[in-house]
Amino acid sequence: MIKIQGLYKSFGDLQVLKGIDYEINEKEVICVIGPSGSGKSTFLRCINLLEDITDGVVFIDGVKVNDPGTDINEIRKEVGMVFQQFNLFPHMTVLDNITISPRKIRKMDSKEANALARQLLDKVGLADKADAYPEQLSGGQMQRVAIARALAMQPKVMLFDEPTSALDPEMVKEVLDVMKQLVYEGMTMVVVTHEMGFAREMGDRVLFMDEGILIEDGTPEDVFDMPKSDRTKAFLSKVL
Amino acid sequence: MITIDFPDIRFDMIWNYKELFIRGIWVTLGLTLIGYVSGVILGLLLGMGKLSKKKWIYYPCKYYVDFFRGTPLLVQILLIHLALIPTVFGESLGYFVSGALALSLNCGAYNAEIIRAGIQSIEKGQMEAGRSLGMPRGVAMRYVILPQAFRRMVPPLGNELIALLKDSSLVTVIAANDLLYAGKVVAGAYARFWEPYITVAILYLLLTYIFTKVITYVEKRFSNSYVPSQRRRIFSFGRSAAGG
Repeated sequence: MIKIQGLYKSFGDLQVLKGIDYEINEKEVICVIGPSGSGKSTFLRCINLLEDITDGVVFIDGVKVNDPGTDINEIRKEVGMVFQQFNLFPHMTVLDNITISPRKIRKMDSKEANALARQLLDKVGLADKADAYPEQLSGGQMQRVAIARALAMQPKVMLFDEPTSALDPEMVKEVLDVMKQLVYEGMTMVVVTHEMGFAREMGDRVLFMDEGILIEDGTPEDVFDMPKSDRTKAFLSKVL
Repeated sequence: MITIDFPDIRFDMIWNYKELFIRGIWVTLGLTLIGYVSGVILGLLLGMGKLSKKKWIYYPCKYYVDFFRGTPLLVQILLIHLALIPTVFGESLGYFVSGALALSLNCGAYNAEIIRAGIQSIEKGQMEAGRSLGMPRGVAMRYVILPQAFRRMVPPLGNELIALLKDSSLVTVIAANDLLYAGKVVAGAYARFWEPYITVAILYLLLTYIFTKVITYVEKRFSNSYVPSQRRRIFSFGRSAAGG
């Protein structure tokens, strides 16, 4: 479903991604782990072209993402993204945060969009927060709204960029629970995370990145229990 | 020895010219409002242009802003009234057109910087979130960035309005019969300077005072509708806590 070939990314002189090849199939859950600065967030952001790709190609459903002829907005409709800092729209209610894109981009009428939003809020356990504003919510609640907002576009893939890293510890679980529910529903997911428990439990494959290179790729058992690379071992010994 | 010899103040001479002053107020208000409204629209376009990555959009906007902020308004008024408009149209279109045009172009340049800074002050993640939801840049700008940026722009844009109101007095050099011009006429007629210019000053003060009040009201309105918790926290605090 997502095919990445020879992906390079530089910020000026700094090479962040140094040739990544990877393929993600439908309904797969990929957890990307690695030390900070390893390029894992950049990797994720290249998939929906939030970062320009320096070299290489990304295909989503057979469409080349970084092609000048591709309407990136069409691609992004199908690729939901959840950010570390939530990035909810502070001037809109929770309901409007969720419905704005279906209404303006999918041209859904308000009634339908509101019904969809309420259904999604119910799913993430925030049915009573529809009329609240983001700043009235806790971090965990904001992130759950952000997930509902991304789901409202009915994407085929969800990208998670360290979704729990900005949360207080007691709020991590409520967000992970929502993500687990998505896994059970068969959503294709790419999750950049520091939550090793989640990666081990929910990942179909775990990908270890360091210094812009894909070091290790395999089932959670492979990567966590029998890492081949010394770098993986060194990293795991620090975080587990 | 300095002798301050206040002549007996005679405000009755002002009263005789009250129609001139009233007309002056209207001209000043008209020039200011037209200049400001078109200046905001122009500023919005220029401000966004200065944020463009396309060089052929960015540079014209940048040079425009640099020119109008880097030259005196008085010079711009004279250039437009005596050179630009007669060259383009073959004749003068009157002080009002020249004055309104000069004030609009000038105000647009200042507003462009305010609007650019306002847009840039919104966290990068907001645009990214909008784009990641499939919004084209323009849609994200319209629904996500500008509503938030506008709230931050209100105070400096308000200052700009006050500044423009006062700067509009410069059109007096092209014989626009604005408020200052009324004072000059009276001063010329009686060869007296205290009464007419004090009157002019007080009338400007009155106008800026009214404008300040309006701006304060707008600021309050916007901060209420955009920081809604100030109104709502009392009602939802309990639920918030329970939900977290």
